Amino acid sequence: MNNFQYSRASEVADALRLLDADPGAKLIAGGTNLIDLMKENVERPSRLIDISRLPLRDIEETADGGLRIGALVPNSDLAYHPLIEQRYPLLASAILAGASAQLRNMASVGGNLMQRTRCAYFYDTTTPCNKRSPGMGCSALDGLNRNHAILGTSTSCIATNPSDMSVALAALGALVHIAGRTGKRTIALTDFHRLPDDKPHLDTNLGSGEIITAIELPPQRFARNYRYLKIRDRLSYAFALVSVAAAVELEGNAISEARLALGGVAHKPWRTPEAEAALRGQAATPDHFGRAADLLLQGATARSHNGFKIELARRAVVRALIQATSTTPQSQARKKIA
Amino acid sequence: MADITIPERIPINLVVNGERRALELTPWTTLLDALRDRLELTGTKKGCDHGQCGACTVLVNGRRVNSCLTLAVMKDGAEITTIEGLAKDGALHPLQQAFIDHDAFQCGYCTPGQICSAAGLLAEGRARDADEIRELMSGNLCRCGAYPNIVAAIEQAMSRS
Repeated sequence: MNNFQYSRASEVADALRLLDADPGAKLIAGGTNLIDLMKENVERPSRLIDISRLPLRDIEETADGGLRIGALVPNSDLAYHPLIEQRYPLLASAILAGASAQLRNMASVGGNLMQRTRCAYFYDTTTPCNKRSPGMGCSALDGLNRNHAILGTSTSCIATNPSDMSVALAALGALVHIAGRTGKRTIALTDFHRLPDDKPHLDTNLGSGEIITAIELPPQRFARNYRYLKIRDRLSYAFALVSVAAAVELEGNAISEARLALGGVAHKPWRTPEAEAALRGQAATPDHFGRAADLLLQGATARSHNGFKIELARRAVVRALIQATSTTPQSQARKKIA
Repeated sequence: MADITIPERIPINLVVNGERRALELTPWTTLLDALRDRLELTGTKKGCDHGQCGACTVLVNGRRVNSCLTLAVMKDGAEITTIEGLAKDGALHPLQQAFIDHDAFQCGYCTPGQICSAAGLLAEGRARDADEIRELMSGNLCRCGAYPNIVAAIEQAMSRS
Protein backbone atom coordinates (compact mmCIF):
# COMPACT_ATOMS: atom_id res chain seq x y z
CA MET A 1 0.00 0.00 0.00
CA ASN A 2 1.33 3.48 -0.84
CA ASN A 3 1.77 6.18 1.79
CA PHE A 4 -1.11 8.63 1.89
CA GLN A 5 -2.54 11.47 3.94
CA TYR A 6 -5.65 10.89 6.04
CA SER A 7 -8.50 13.32 6.69
CA ARG A 8 -11.73 12.72 8.53
CA ALA A 9 -14.83 14.54 7.30
CA SER A 10 -17.67 15.30 9.70
CA GLU A 11 -20.08 16.91 7.21
CA VAL A 12 -20.76 16.32 3.51
CA ALA A 13 -19.49 19.85 2.81
CA ASP A 14 -16.15 18.95 4.48
CA ALA A 15 -15.77 15.93 2.27
CA LEU A 16 -16.52 17.96 -0.86
CA ARG A 17 -14.02 20.64 0.17
CA LEU A 18 -11.31 18.06 0.83
CA LEU A 19 -12.03 16.39 -2.53
CA ASP A 20 -11.69 19.71 -4.32
CA ALA A 21 -8.43 20.53 -2.57
CA ASP A 22 -6.62 17.32 -3.58
CA PRO A 23 -7.20 15.84 -7.05
CA GLY A 24 -5.52 12.58 -5.94
CA ALA A 25 -7.84 12.12 -2.98
CA LYS A 26 -10.38 9.33 -2.65
CA LEU A 27 -13.34 8.88 -0.36
CA ILE A 28 -13.35 5.87 1.97
CA ALA A 29 -16.32 4.44 3.87
CA GLY A 30 -16.30 0.64 4.37
CA GLY A 31 -13.04 0.32 2.45
CA THR A 32 -13.61 -3.32 1.51
CA ASN A 33 -12.78 -2.80 -2.15
CA LEU A 34 -10.55 0.28 -1.99
CA ILE A 35 -8.11 -1.09 0.61
CA ASP A 36 -7.85 -4.32 -1.36
CA LEU A 37 -7.06 -2.37 -4.56
CA MET A 38 -4.53 -0.24 -2.67
CA LYS A 39 -2.78 -3.39 -1.45
CA GLU A 40 -2.50 -4.43 -5.10
CA ASN A 41 -1.18 -0.97 -6.10
CA VAL A 42 -4.12 -0.60 -8.49
CA GLU A 43 -5.35 2.41 -6.50
CA ARG A 44 -2.74 4.84 -5.18
CA PRO A 45 -4.61 7.78 -3.63
CA SER A 46 -2.62 10.73 -2.27
CA ARG A 47 -5.19 11.15 0.47
CA LEU A 48 -8.06 9.18 1.93
CA ILE A 49 -11.04 11.19 3.08
CA ASP A 50 -12.78 9.18 5.78
CA ILE A 51 -16.52 9.70 5.27
CA SER A 52 -17.59 6.87 7.58
CA ARG A 53 -18.75 9.34 10.25
CA LEU A 54 -20.95 11.49 8.00
CA PRO A 55 -24.61 11.58 9.05
CA LEU A 56 -25.84 9.44 6.13
CA ARG A 57 -27.08 6.36 7.99
CA ASP A 58 -30.86 6.83 8.05
CA ILE A 59 -33.52 4.80 6.27
CA GLU A 60 -36.62 6.99 5.91
CA GLU A 61 -39.98 6.73 4.21
CA THR A 62 -40.48 9.25 1.41
CA ALA A 63 -43.67 11.25 0.84
CA ASP A 64 -44.68 9.09 -2.13
CA GLY A 65 -44.39 5.80 -0.23
CA GLY A 66 -40.84 4.89 -1.21
CA LEU A 67 -37.71 4.71 0.93
CA ARG A 68 -34.62 6.90 1.11
CA ILE A 69 -31.51 5.03 2.22
CA GLY A 70 -28.47 6.92 3.46
CA ALA A 71 -25.29 6.16 1.51
CA LEU A 72 -23.45 4.95 4.62
CA VAL A 73 -25.98 2.32 5.71
CA PRO A 74 -23.98 -0.93 5.88
CA ASN A 75 -25.07 -3.59 3.39
CA SER A 76 -26.08 -6.01 6.16
CA ASP A 77 -28.16 -3.40 7.99
CA LEU A 78 -29.99 -2.64 4.76
CA ALA A 79 -30.68 -6.30 3.93
CA TYR A 80 -31.98 -6.97 7.45
CA HIS A 81 -33.97 -3.74 7.88
CA PRO A 82 -37.63 -4.64 8.54
CA LEU A 83 -38.90 -2.23 5.86
CA ILE A 84 -36.55 -3.73 3.27
CA GLU A 85 -37.38 -7.30 4.26
CA GLN A 86 -41.11 -6.62 4.08
CA ARG A 87 -41.39 -4.19 1.18
CA TYR A 88 -38.35 -4.82 -1.03
CA PRO A 89 -37.39 -8.46 -0.47
CA LEU A 90 -35.76 -8.57 -3.93
CA LEU A 91 -33.19 -6.06 -2.70
CA ALA A 92 -32.63 -7.91 0.59
CA SER A 93 -32.13 -11.17 -1.29
CA ALA A 94 -29.65 -9.65 -3.76
CA ILE A 95 -27.57 -8.08 -0.98
CA LEU A 96 -27.44 -11.37 0.93
CA ALA A 97 -26.30 -13.15 -2.25
CA GLY A 98 -23.19 -10.98 -2.30
CA ALA A 99 -19.85 -11.09 -0.44
CA SER A 100 -19.60 -12.53 3.09
CA ALA A 101 -21.26 -11.61 6.37
CA GLN A 102 -18.10 -9.75 7.47
CA LEU A 103 -17.86 -7.74 4.26
CA ARG A 104 -21.57 -6.92 4.31
CA ASN A 105 -21.09 -5.56 7.84
CA MET A 106 -18.35 -3.25 6.60
CA ALA A 107 -19.45 -2.23 3.09
CA SER A 108 -21.67 0.82 2.66
CA VAL A 109 -24.51 1.21 0.18
CA GLY A 110 -22.68 4.01 -1.65
CA GLY A 111 -19.47 1.99 -1.69
CA ASN A 112 -21.29 -1.00 -3.14
CA LEU A 113 -22.27 1.20 -6.12
CA MET A 114 -18.64 2.36 -6.45
CA GLN A 115 -16.96 -1.06 -6.28
CA ARG A 116 -14.76 -1.83 -9.23
CA THR A 117 -14.59 -4.83 -11.53
CA ARG A 118 -12.95 -8.05 -10.36
CA CYS A 119 -11.40 -8.63 -13.82
CA ALA A 120 -8.11 -10.39 -13.00
CA TYR A 121 -6.20 -8.22 -15.48
CA PHE A 122 -7.45 -5.04 -13.82
CA TYR A 123 -5.94 -6.35 -10.57
CA ASP A 124 -2.69 -7.62 -12.14
CA THR A 125 -0.46 -4.57 -12.59
CA THR A 126 1.97 -6.59 -14.75
CA THR A 127 -0.60 -6.88 -17.57
CA PRO A 128 -2.08 -4.16 -19.82
CA CYS A 129 -5.54 -2.90 -18.83
CA ASN A 130 -7.37 0.09 -20.28
CA LYS A 131 -9.42 0.48 -17.13
CA ARG A 132 -6.33 0.75 -14.93
CA SER A 133 -4.03 2.49 -17.44
CA PRO A 134 -5.99 4.04 -20.32
CA GLY A 135 -4.51 3.31 -23.75
CA MET A 136 -2.44 0.29 -22.67
CA GLY A 137 -4.80 -2.26 -24.22
CA CYS A 138 -7.09 -4.95 -22.87
CA SER A 139 -5.59 -8.29 -21.84
CA ALA A 140 -8.98 -9.92 -21.39
CA LEU A 141 -10.06 -9.63 -25.05
CA ASP A 142 -7.89 -12.61 -26.01
CA GLY A 143 -7.04 -13.80 -22.53
CA LEU A 144 -8.84 -15.72 -19.81
CA ASN A 145 -12.23 -14.12 -20.32
CA ARG A 146 -14.56 -16.78 -18.94
CA ASN A 147 -15.98 -14.32 -16.37
CA HIS A 148 -16.30 -11.42 -18.77
CA ALA A 149 -19.08 -9.44 -20.37
CA ILE A 150 -21.32 -10.54 -23.23
CA LEU A 151 -23.40 -7.36 -23.54
CA GLY A 152 -22.47 -3.72 -24.08
CA THR A 153 -18.77 -4.50 -24.52
CA SER A 154 -16.26 -2.43 -26.47
CA THR A 155 -12.91 -3.18 -28.06
CA SER A 156 -11.35 -1.38 -25.07
CA CYS A 157 -12.88 -3.38 -22.22
CA ILE A 158 -15.02 -6.45 -21.52
CA ALA A 159 -15.07 -6.15 -17.72
CA THR A 160 -18.25 -6.73 -15.72
CA ASN A 161 -19.72 -4.82 -12.81
CA PRO A 162 -19.52 -7.16 -9.80
CA SER A 163 -22.38 -5.80 -7.66
CA ASP A 164 -25.43 -7.91 -6.79
CA MET A 165 -27.18 -5.05 -4.99
CA SER A 166 -27.05 -2.84 -8.08
CA VAL A 167 -28.84 -5.46 -10.19
CA ALA A 168 -31.81 -5.45 -7.82
CA LEU A 169 -31.71 -1.65 -7.58
CA ALA A 170 -31.79 -1.42 -11.38
CA ALA A 171 -34.83 -3.70 -11.55
CA LEU A 172 -36.61 -1.75 -8.81
CA GLY A 173 -36.04 1.58 -10.57
CA ALA A 174 -33.92 3.09 -7.79
CA LEU A 175 -32.58 6.64 -7.87
CA VAL A 176 -29.14 7.85 -6.77
CA HIS A 177 -28.89 11.14 -4.87
CA ILE A 178 -25.61 12.98 -5.42
CA ALA A 179 -24.09 16.08 -3.86
CA GLY A 180 -21.38 18.23 -5.44
CA ARG A 181 -19.82 21.63 -4.86
CA THR A 182 -22.34 23.22 -7.19
CA GLY A 183 -25.42 21.55 -5.73
CA LYS A 184 -27.39 18.33 -5.64
CA ARG A 185 -28.68 16.11 -8.41
CA THR A 186 -30.56 12.84 -8.73
CA ILE A 187 -30.08 10.24 -11.44
CA ALA A 188 -31.57 6.82 -12.17
CA LEU A 189 -29.48 3.89 -10.96
CA THR A 190 -29.53 2.60 -14.54
CA ASP A 191 -27.79 5.83 -15.62
CA PHE A 192 -25.30 5.76 -12.75
CA HIS A 193 -23.01 3.05 -14.13
CA ARG A 194 -21.80 3.39 -17.70
CA LEU A 195 -20.74 1.15 -20.56
CA PRO A 196 -17.00 1.03 -21.25
CA ASP A 197 -16.93 2.42 -24.83
CA ASP A 198 -13.48 4.02 -25.26
CA LYS A 199 -13.29 5.25 -21.65
CA PRO A 200 -13.34 2.11 -19.51
CA HIS A 201 -11.43 3.90 -16.73
CA LEU A 202 -14.76 5.58 -15.94
CA ASP A 203 -17.05 3.09 -14.19
CA THR A 204 -19.80 5.57 -13.37
CA ASN A 205 -21.18 8.99 -14.24
CA LEU A 206 -20.32 10.33 -10.78
CA GLY A 207 -18.19 13.45 -11.15
CA SER A 208 -14.74 13.57 -9.56
CA GLY A 209 -15.92 16.19 -7.05
CA GLU A 210 -19.20 14.47 -6.18
CA ILE A 211 -20.40 12.18 -3.42
CA ILE A 212 -23.35 9.77 -3.23
CA THR A 213 -25.62 10.81 -0.35
CA ALA A 214 -28.54 8.39 -0.67
CA ILE A 215 -30.38 5.77 -2.72
CA GLU A 216 -34.11 6.15 -3.20
CA LEU A 217 -36.52 3.30 -3.81
CA PRO A 218 -39.80 4.12 -5.59
CA PRO A 219 -43.13 3.06 -4.07
CA GLN A 220 -43.60 0.03 -6.34
CA ARG A 221 -42.20 -2.83 -4.30
CA PHE A 222 -42.71 -6.20 -6.04
CA ALA A 223 -42.88 -7.76 -2.58
CA ARG A 224 -44.73 -10.90 -3.68
CA ASN A 225 -43.41 -12.10 -7.04
CA TYR A 226 -39.67 -11.66 -7.20
CA ARG A 227 -36.46 -13.63 -7.52
CA TYR A 228 -32.76 -12.87 -7.28
CA LEU A 229 -31.10 -15.86 -8.89
CA LYS A 230 -27.32 -15.93 -8.78
CA ILE A 231 -25.31 -18.51 -10.73
CA ARG A 232 -21.67 -18.90 -9.70
CA ASP A 233 -18.81 -21.38 -9.50
CA ARG A 234 -19.36 -22.11 -5.80
CA LEU A 235 -22.58 -21.82 -3.86
CA SER A 236 -21.66 -18.90 -1.63
CA TYR A 237 -19.13 -16.07 -1.43
CA ALA A 238 -18.34 -15.86 -5.14
CA PHE A 239 -19.07 -13.31 -7.82
CA ALA A 240 -21.83 -14.05 -10.29
CA LEU A 241 -21.21 -15.68 -13.63
CA VAL A 242 -24.77 -14.58 -14.34
CA SER A 243 -27.41 -13.21 -12.01
CA VAL A 244 -31.01 -12.24 -12.61
CA ALA A 245 -33.26 -9.86 -10.72
CA ALA A 246 -36.82 -10.66 -11.77
CA ALA A 247 -39.94 -8.96 -10.42
CA VAL A 248 -43.49 -9.14 -11.71
CA GLU A 249 -47.00 -8.18 -10.77
CA LEU A 250 -49.69 -10.67 -11.67
CA GLU A 251 -53.39 -10.34 -12.31
CA GLY A 252 -54.54 -13.92 -12.26
CA ASN A 253 -52.01 -15.66 -14.48
CA ALA A 254 -51.37 -12.54 -16.57
CA ILE A 255 -48.33 -10.33 -16.09
CA SER A 256 -49.33 -6.70 -15.55
CA GLU A 257 -45.86 -5.34 -14.77
CA ALA A 258 -42.41 -6.87 -15.19
CA ARG A 259 -38.82 -5.99 -14.36
CA LEU A 260 -35.75 -7.88 -15.46
CA ALA A 261 -32.11 -7.03 -14.86
CA LEU A 262 -28.99 -9.11 -15.43
CA GLY A 263 -25.75 -9.06 -13.45
CA GLY A 264 -22.36 -10.51 -14.33
CA VAL A 265 -22.86 -9.92 -18.05
CA ALA A 266 -22.01 -6.25 -18.64
CA HIS A 267 -20.19 -3.17 -17.36
CA LYS A 268 -23.46 -2.18 -15.66
CA PRO A 269 -26.69 -3.89 -14.59
CA TRP A 270 -28.37 -4.87 -17.85
CA ARG A 271 -32.00 -3.91 -18.29
CA THR A 272 -33.91 -3.26 -21.52
CA PRO A 273 -37.42 -1.86 -22.03
CA GLU A 274 -38.09 -4.36 -24.87
CA ALA A 275 -37.76 -7.47 -22.70
CA GLU A 276 -40.07 -6.08 -20.04
CA ALA A 277 -42.61 -4.82 -22.58
CA ALA A 278 -42.73 -8.32 -24.09
CA LEU A 279 -43.91 -9.72 -20.76
CA ARG A 280 -46.64 -7.15 -19.98
CA GLY A 281 -50.11 -8.43 -20.73
CA GLN A 282 -48.84 -11.97 -21.38
CA ALA A 283 -49.62 -15.17 -19.56
CA ALA A 284 -46.94 -16.29 -17.13
CA THR A 285 -45.61 -19.19 -19.20
CA PRO A 286 -42.07 -20.43 -19.91
CA ASP A 287 -42.55 -19.62 -23.62
CA HIS A 288 -43.15 -15.98 -22.85
CA PHE A 289 -40.26 -15.97 -20.39
CA GLY A 290 -37.98 -17.37 -23.08
CA ARG A 291 -39.01 -14.67 -25.53
CA ALA A 292 -38.27 -11.99 -22.94
CA ALA A 293 -34.88 -13.60 -22.26
CA ASP A 294 -34.08 -13.55 -25.99
CA LEU A 295 -34.95 -9.86 -26.16
CA LEU A 296 -32.88 -9.06 -23.07
CA LEU A 297 -29.91 -10.90 -24.57
CA GLN A 298 -30.27 -9.41 -28.04
CA GLY A 299 -26.84 -8.45 -29.36
CA ALA A 300 -24.95 -10.66 -26.89
CA THR A 301 -21.50 -11.56 -28.16
CA ALA A 302 -18.94 -13.95 -26.77
CA ARG A 303 -15.15 -13.99 -26.65
CA SER A 304 -13.11 -17.19 -26.57
CA HIS A 305 -14.16 -18.51 -23.12
CA ASN A 306 -17.46 -16.88 -22.15
CA GLY A 307 -19.85 -18.12 -24.84
CA PHE A 308 -21.57 -20.36 -22.27
CA LYS A 309 -22.86 -17.26 -20.51
CA ILE A 310 -25.36 -16.47 -23.27
CA GLU A 311 -27.32 -19.72 -22.91
CA LEU A 312 -26.74 -19.70 -19.14
CA ALA A 313 -28.25 -16.21 -18.90
CA ARG A 314 -31.20 -17.22 -21.06
CA ARG A 315 -31.96 -20.23 -18.86
CA ALA A 316 -31.42 -18.22 -15.67
CA VAL A 317 -33.95 -15.60 -16.81
CA VAL A 318 -36.54 -18.29 -17.54
CA ARG A 319 -35.94 -20.01 -14.21
CA ALA A 320 -36.00 -16.73 -12.27
CA LEU A 321 -39.33 -15.80 -13.86
CA ILE A 322 -40.79 -19.25 -13.17
CA GLN A 323 -39.71 -18.92 -9.54
CA ALA A 324 -40.91 -15.32 -9.26
CA THR A 325 -44.34 -16.06 -10.70
CA SER A 326 -44.78 -19.17 -8.53
CA THR A 327 -43.59 -17.38 -5.33
CA THR A 328 -40.82 -19.90 -4.75
CA PRO A 329 -39.24 -19.43 -1.30
CA GLN A 330 -36.31 -17.07 -1.59
CA SER A 331 -33.67 -17.71 1.11
CA GLN A 332 -30.11 -17.43 -0.22
CA ALA A 333 -29.16 -20.11 2.34
CA ARG A 334 -31.18 -22.82 0.57
CA LYS A 335 -29.09 -24.20 -2.24
CA LYS A 336 -31.38 -26.90 -3.60
CA ILE A 337 -33.19 -26.02 -6.82
CA ALA A 338 -36.83 -25.33 -6.08
CA MET B 1 13.91 14.11 -6.31
CA ALA B 2 10.30 13.28 -5.69
CA ASP B 3 8.48 15.35 -3.13
CA ILE B 4 7.57 12.77 -0.55
CA THR B 5 5.67 13.87 2.53
CA ILE B 6 5.63 11.42 5.36
CA PRO B 7 2.39 11.90 7.26
CA GLU B 8 2.44 12.34 10.99
CA ARG B 9 1.46 9.34 13.01
CA ILE B 10 -2.14 9.73 14.07
CA PRO B 11 -3.05 9.21 17.72
CA ILE B 12 -6.05 6.95 18.30
CA ASN B 13 -7.71 5.15 21.17
CA LEU B 14 -9.13 1.66 21.00
CA VAL B 15 -10.80 -0.42 23.67
CA VAL B 16 -9.30 -3.83 22.99
CA ASN B 17 -10.77 -6.76 24.89
CA GLY B 18 -12.06 -4.33 27.51
CA GLU B 19 -8.76 -2.49 27.94
CA ARG B 20 -8.17 1.07 26.72
CA ARG B 21 -5.15 1.23 24.40
CA ALA B 22 -3.64 4.44 23.04
CA LEU B 23 -1.71 4.13 19.78
CA GLU B 24 0.03 6.39 17.28
CA LEU B 25 -0.27 4.92 13.83
CA THR B 26 0.50 5.71 10.22
CA PRO B 27 -2.81 5.95 8.37
CA TRP B 28 -2.10 2.88 6.23
CA THR B 29 -1.82 0.56 9.24
CA THR B 30 -4.60 -1.99 9.10
CA LEU B 31 -6.43 -2.98 12.25
CA LEU B 32 -4.95 -6.45 11.77
CA ASP B 33 -1.37 -5.14 11.77
CA ALA B 34 -2.08 -2.84 14.71
CA LEU B 35 -3.42 -5.78 16.74
CA ARG B 36 -0.63 -8.17 15.84
CA ASP B 37 2.42 -5.93 15.55
CA ARG B 38 1.68 -3.08 17.96
CA LEU B 39 -0.51 -4.69 20.61
CA GLU B 40 1.09 -8.14 20.30
CA LEU B 41 -2.30 -9.83 20.06
CA THR B 42 -1.19 -12.47 17.59
CA GLY B 43 -4.25 -14.68 18.01
CA THR B 44 -5.83 -12.85 15.10
CA LYS B 45 -4.28 -14.34 11.97
CA LYS B 46 -3.17 -12.90 8.66
CA GLY B 47 -4.25 -15.32 5.96
CA CYS B 48 -4.86 -13.84 2.52
CA ASP B 49 -4.70 -10.19 3.67
CA HIS B 50 -7.39 -9.42 1.05
CA GLY B 51 -10.67 -10.15 2.81
CA GLN B 52 -11.13 -13.49 1.11
CA CYS B 53 -10.32 -16.02 3.85
CA GLY B 54 -11.74 -14.61 7.10
CA ALA B 55 -8.72 -15.59 9.26
CA CYS B 56 -8.43 -11.97 10.42
CA THR B 57 -12.05 -11.71 11.61
CA VAL B 58 -12.54 -9.69 14.81
CA LEU B 59 -15.52 -7.94 16.37
CA VAL B 60 -15.66 -4.14 16.07
CA ASN B 61 -18.37 -2.70 18.32
CA GLY B 62 -19.81 -6.22 18.43
CA ARG B 63 -19.92 -6.75 14.65
CA ARG B 64 -17.69 -9.16 12.80
CA VAL B 65 -15.40 -7.57 10.22
CA ASN B 66 -12.24 -8.41 8.27
CA SER B 67 -9.50 -6.58 10.17
CA CYS B 68 -7.15 -6.83 7.16
CA LEU B 69 -9.39 -4.48 5.14
CA THR B 70 -9.94 -2.06 8.03
CA LEU B 71 -7.73 0.97 8.60
CA ALA B 72 -7.07 1.26 12.32
CA VAL B 73 -7.27 5.08 12.28
CA MET B 74 -10.85 4.85 11.03
CA LYS B 75 -11.81 2.86 14.15
CA ASP B 76 -10.68 5.51 16.65
CA GLY B 77 -12.84 5.08 19.76
CA ALA B 78 -14.14 1.62 18.81
CA GLU B 79 -14.39 -1.47 20.99
CA ILE B 80 -12.47 -4.38 19.51
CA THR B 81 -12.84 -7.99 20.60
CA THR B 82 -10.27 -10.53 19.44
CA ILE B 83 -9.96 -14.25 20.17
CA GLU B 84 -7.89 -13.31 23.25
CA GLY B 85 -10.89 -11.46 24.68
CA LEU B 86 -13.55 -14.18 24.46
CA ALA B 87 -12.72 -16.27 27.53
CA LYS B 88 -14.11 -14.75 30.73
CA ASP B 89 -12.74 -15.31 34.25
CA GLY B 90 -10.70 -18.28 33.16
CA ALA B 91 -13.67 -20.01 31.50
CA LEU B 92 -13.65 -20.67 27.78
CA HIS B 93 -16.27 -18.96 25.65
CA PRO B 94 -19.01 -21.49 24.74
CA LEU B 95 -17.80 -21.37 21.13
CA GLN B 96 -14.22 -22.16 22.16
CA GLN B 97 -15.47 -25.13 24.20
CA ALA B 98 -17.72 -26.25 21.34
CA PHE B 99 -14.80 -26.16 18.86
CA ILE B 100 -12.86 -28.44 21.22
CA ASP B 101 -15.85 -30.72 21.82
CA HIS B 102 -16.39 -31.17 18.08
CA ASP B 103 -12.73 -31.25 16.99
CA ALA B 104 -13.59 -28.33 14.73
CA PHE B 105 -10.06 -27.70 13.45
CA GLN B 106 -6.96 -29.45 12.27
CA CYS B 107 -4.07 -27.00 11.83
CA GLY B 108 -5.93 -24.31 13.76
CA TYR B 109 -4.79 -21.34 11.70
CA CYS B 110 -8.32 -20.32 10.66
CA THR B 111 -9.79 -21.07 14.10
CA PRO B 112 -9.55 -17.62 15.77
CA GLY B 113 -11.28 -16.10 12.75
CA GLN B 114 -13.85 -18.90 12.66
CA ILE B 115 -14.67 -18.42 16.34
CA CYS B 116 -14.85 -14.61 16.19
CA SER B 117 -17.01 -14.89 13.06
CA ALA B 118 -19.27 -17.40 14.81
CA ALA B 119 -19.54 -15.04 17.80
CA GLY B 120 -20.69 -12.34 15.38
CA LEU B 121 -23.15 -14.79 13.81
CA LEU B 122 -24.66 -15.66 17.20
CA ALA B 123 -25.04 -11.97 18.04
CA GLU B 124 -26.76 -11.30 14.70
CA GLY B 125 -29.35 -14.00 15.45
CA ARG B 126 -30.01 -14.72 11.77
CA ALA B 127 -28.92 -18.35 11.54
CA ARG B 128 -31.52 -20.90 12.62
CA ASP B 129 -30.21 -24.16 11.16
CA ALA B 130 -27.15 -25.77 9.60
CA ASP B 131 -27.90 -24.43 6.10
CA GLU B 132 -28.02 -20.88 7.40
CA ILE B 133 -24.86 -21.38 9.48
CA ARG B 134 -23.04 -22.62 6.38
CA GLU B 135 -24.24 -19.65 4.32
CA LEU B 136 -23.45 -17.05 6.99
CA MET B 137 -20.02 -18.57 7.72
CA SER B 138 -18.99 -18.65 4.05
CA GLY B 139 -16.56 -15.78 4.62
CA ASN B 140 -14.34 -18.08 6.69
CA LEU B 141 -12.31 -20.62 4.77
CA CYS B 142 -10.76 -23.74 6.36
CA ARG B 143 -8.20 -25.35 4.07
CA CYS B 144 -8.06 -28.43 6.31
CA GLY B 145 -11.73 -28.91 5.51
CA ALA B 146 -13.07 -29.06 9.06
CA TYR B 147 -16.35 -27.53 7.89
CA PRO B 148 -18.77 -30.26 9.11
CA ASN B 149 -17.28 -30.07 12.61
CA ILE B 150 -17.26 -26.27 12.58
CA VAL B 151 -20.97 -26.27 11.73
CA ALA B 152 -21.63 -28.83 14.49
CA ALA B 153 -19.69 -26.72 17.01
CA ILE B 154 -21.66 -23.59 16.13
CA GLU B 155 -24.93 -25.51 16.34
CA GLN B 156 -23.95 -26.62 19.84
CA ALA B 157 -23.09 -23.08 20.95
CA MET B 158 -26.27 -21.77 19.34
CA SER B 159 -28.47 -24.31 21.13
CA ARG B 160 -26.94 -23.36 24.48
CA SER B 161 -27.04 -19.58 24.04
